[in-house]
Amino acid sequence: MEKEIIYLDEITVRFAGDSGDGMQLAGKQFSDTSASSGVDVNTFPDFPSEIRAPEGTLYGVSAFQIKLGSSSVNTHGDEIDLLVAMNASSLKVNVNNLKVGGIIIANIEGFDSRNLKLAKYTSNPLEDGSLKKFNVIALDIEAIIKEELKGSGISPKIVKKSKNFFALGITYWLFNRPMEPTVKWLNAKFKKDADVLEANIRVLNAGWNYALKNEAFKKQYTLQPAKFEKGTYRNISGNHAVALGLVTASKKANIPLFLGTYPITPATDILQYISGYKKYGIRHLQAEDEIAGIASAIGASYGGNLAATTTSGPGLSLKIEAIGLAVMTELPLVIVDVMRAGPSTGLPTKPEQSDLFQAMYGRHGEAPLPVLAAASAADCFAMTIEAARLALKYMTPVILLTDGYIAQGTEPWRIPELSELPDLTPNFATDPEGFAPYIRDPETLARMWAVPGMQGMEHRIGGLEKQNITGAVSHDPENHQKMVEIRQEKIDRIARDIPNLEIMGNADAELLIIGWGSTYGAIKSAVDAKTKEGVKVAYVHLKHLNPFPSNLGDVISKYKTILVPEMNLGQLRTILHSKFLVPIIGMNKVQGIPFKTSEIKAKIDELLSEKEAVI
Amino acid sequence: MKTLLEEIISKPHIGTIEYEPKDFKPDVDVRWCAGCGGYSILSPVQRIMPELGIPKEKIAFISGIGCSGRFPYYMDVYGFHGIHGRAIAIASGLKIGRPDLSVWVATGDGDNMSIGGNHFIHGCRRNTDINVIMFNNEVYSLTKGQYSPTSHKGQITKSSPLGALDEPFNPAALALGAGATFVARGIDKDRNHLQYLFERAAAHNGFSFIEVYTNCNIFNDGAFDSFTKKDVREDMTVMLEHGKPLIFGKDRDKGIIIDGFKPKVVSLTDGKYTIDDLLVHDEKDSTLAFILGNMTYNPDVPRPLGIFQSLERSSYNDSVQAQIDHEVATKGEGNITELLVGKESWVVK
Ligand SMILES: Cc1ncc(C[n+]2csc(CCOP(=O)(O)OP(=O)(O)O)c2C)c(N)n1
Ligand code: SF4
Ligand SMILES: [Mg+2]
Repeated sequence: MEKEIIYLDEITVRFAGDSGDGMQLAGKQFSDTSASSGVDVNTFPDFPSEIRAPEGTLYGVSAFQIKLGSSSVNTHGDEIDLLVAMNASSLKVNVNNLKVGGIIIANIEGFDSRNLKLAKYTSNPLEDGSLKKFNVIALDIEAIIKEELKGSGISPKIVKKSKNFFALGITYWLFNRPMEPTVKWLNAKFKKDADVLEANIRVLNAGWNYALKNEAFKKQYTLQPAKFEKGTYRNISGNHAVALGLVTASKKANIPLFLGTYPITPATDILQYISGYKKYGIRHLQAEDEIAGIASAIGASYGGNLAATTTSGPGLSLKIEAIGLAVMTELPLVIVDVMRAGPSTGLPTKPEQSDLFQAMYGRHGEAPLPVLAAASAADCFAMTIEAARLALKYMTPVILLTDGYIAQGTEPWRIPELSELPDLTPNFATDPEGFAPYIRDPETLARMWAVPGMQGMEHRIGGLEKQNITGAVSHDPENHQKMVEIRQEKIDRIARDIPNLEIMGNADAELLIIGWGSTYGAIKSAVDAKTKEGVKVAYVHLKHLNPFPSNLGDVISKYKTILVPEMNLGQLRTILHSKFLVPIIGMNKVQGIPFKTSEIKAKIDELLSEKEAVI
Repeated sequence: MKTLLEEIISKPHIGTIEYEPKDFKPDVDVRWCAGCGGYSILSPVQRIMPELGIPKEKIAFISGIGCSGRFPYYMDVYGFHGIHGRAIAIASGLKIGRPDLSVWVATGDGDNMSIGGNHFIHGCRRNTDINVIMFNNEVYSLTKGQYSPTSHKGQITKSSPLGALDEPFNPAALALGAGATFVARGIDKDRNHLQYLFERAAAHNGFSFIEVYTNCNIFNDGAFDSFTKKDVREDMTVMLEHGKPLIFGKDRDKGIIIDGFKPKVVSLTDGKYTIDDLLVHDEKDSTLAFILGNMTYNPDVPRPLGIFQSLERSSYNDSVQAQIDHEVATKGEGNITELLVGKESWVVK
């Protein structure tokens, strides 16, 4: 049968089904395979907060979305081109995001009367004509698999569980992806379970062959490989990147890593990754609560370890008193907050950027510290290294903000050589001659790191205000004023040590967009698209939120209109307002879902057309 | 390969480690009130330090907030004055990250049983090798006299002018219930006994908890007089000594027998019981430790002092190290480049 081959620049695929349908696995295989064959990918897993929500329900749908592109892909895609829907509910919750003309691969078995009822359909959408705008391919996956495996003796239970691989096989055919990586993965995974291994490989092939032979599949889509810088790559999630960043930072600092932490979604993965790294000499404590997590990290830092604690918003709230102690004792500490929608338990599995105020100001007393934010999953690695660099060089706790979107989403990451990364060797106090715990480096104002075990330097530090230089407890009013100012100045001076902002898009514009954190993908895609259209829009993305890059004020002063899109009600906007005293327009989305590129584009259009209207 | 940290902390000590107690007194004034029970803890601690046989730069004292929290300032070793309730958590991180150190915690009944209660019970079960000395004065002193989790029911304090309504914690029983391997109790009036308890705690590899009844002569003066004053002490307390029968009384004429699960006071002079009938203390018997711990607030029996329990169990920090060693031995020392590259990477040329 003749099949048409269509060349595309980008495509968005979404696998959706019940928690038990293996959609996360299928999605991950599809994205890993695609990435390793050279296209750019960006993924986002989207699952219910219930562990195993009741089967077939609307709130139990688990999905995995992948966007592929032959040029840079910065988001997981606004609209879906191909939806794999294993049941009626997964069609219902996703169909509104499907492009007109998009493909739906529907598993008929999941559209029986029970499933339709659970999805609150009054008639079967596969039959009632309501999906006319789409290209629907309905098939009974289980029946096809059974037919395919007839006589193999493979148990019906295994057949039921391999449906995701059939769907994966079809998608591999549709996008002409190689199957070897998945076969290799299966071989490693089911080494000890020959039956399951054989069944899954056969089912995967069956999916491919089914699409190849079946008339419903007329078109095959192909993407050119994207242009990547030379190097070794892997797909990585933000949480994984943070874990690797911490290990790498400890290597570059040549001191051991200690992680003191308490599980919380969506930050838990970091703990789980690190807990498996024992052969790298890494110690961790899954503490009794967040307070013990950070307190143990402070203890380890006092002892000369690269110490870290990882959490999400509610946990950061619990850690705050202890952060003040780290500010006061001037000890290095990396605090990672994987933000989620709040307040309180909020939407625990959904991203938001609403902890910025908490990170900046959520402490008693004058307690400044550096605040950083990662822009994407892969950027989490670089920003973790940066957090460790600032913590060690300036002897200060540092908060790194990421969020549930980039923490769980993945993208290709060029793995750096260790030699490309900054040297993080800390400044330990080793000479007792003239030693005092609060002698400072005149340039950075950082004190030396004096750890127990050093002869002749026994001293006491703590949360009480101390005399500058000697570190002795002091209640002297003048000294307190001085110390408060020194601690502030130390953090302010970090501005000299961070890169200036680079203007993306068209610097010669009237509209400047300022982004921070995970909104990077959507804003960058929108700005790139507009720039291609010849629309003038400038864009800067903040990774350092305290202190700001030195040229931020300059940049801001050059633009008439400033837009700050953020997933909160205007936290960065408020900070910029108070610092630079210029009018700033906010674009604020707090729905537990990231911005779409189209939303940012529409906002750009709106702002620029208003301008014309005024003229 | 040694890390930079390991390199700097493994430099050999120069000179002697034959210290005198005075070597542990820093050049600062102790700021506790005259007559405070805290002095009775400080001096035996300073006395046992030379016996640890380690350089003083290898010793660290961690504290929380309260009058007891000042303790690290009065020891010329490494000291860290933390925040209210978190001393055990801070000390745990220090010990896990720096197993070469001798780590001590000074805490109070409020610091350790109230705000720090969670860290305390988890410290007990985790068994990190730290020594926790709790100054129990049955009151919040630094905040000037409110009732604490060890204040007795009905205690009149500034925040309970009509009498405290709460039942108190029994710290020794709490520690035992939470799985502490070393649990002891002493009184400020018996410094020699405290010295013995601190020596034993230092020698114990694991979490050691020493509750010290500490008089606060400002906010709860005489709280322990009913059983610690010279003239009543021998009748109102009983010393727990491993392998020895529980005898007490000025004339050592009374003892404790066990009746079912109940400890009972008997006379050794009325001809009914002899020393051989008495309960013999066994530090290794955790069932017995529970019974002894529960004697604390029982008005029919004397208040037990001494070591309730001392069990040997692998410490958390040793277990962490053992896991690392095992991983390195079976898989080889981790190579960071390999970790970064992972199993599913690809090369772009
Ligand atoms: C977070 C916090 N809450 C409250 C306090 C106030 N505070 C300081 S010490 C203390 C109680 C101390 O009692 P205890 O541990 O028995 O110590 P003591 O002074 O009796 O030795 C309190 C409530 C504080 N410093 N920090
Ligand atoms: S207030 Fe009480 S506990 Fe505090 S120093 Fe004075 S006597 Fe000691
Ligand atoms: Mg007290």
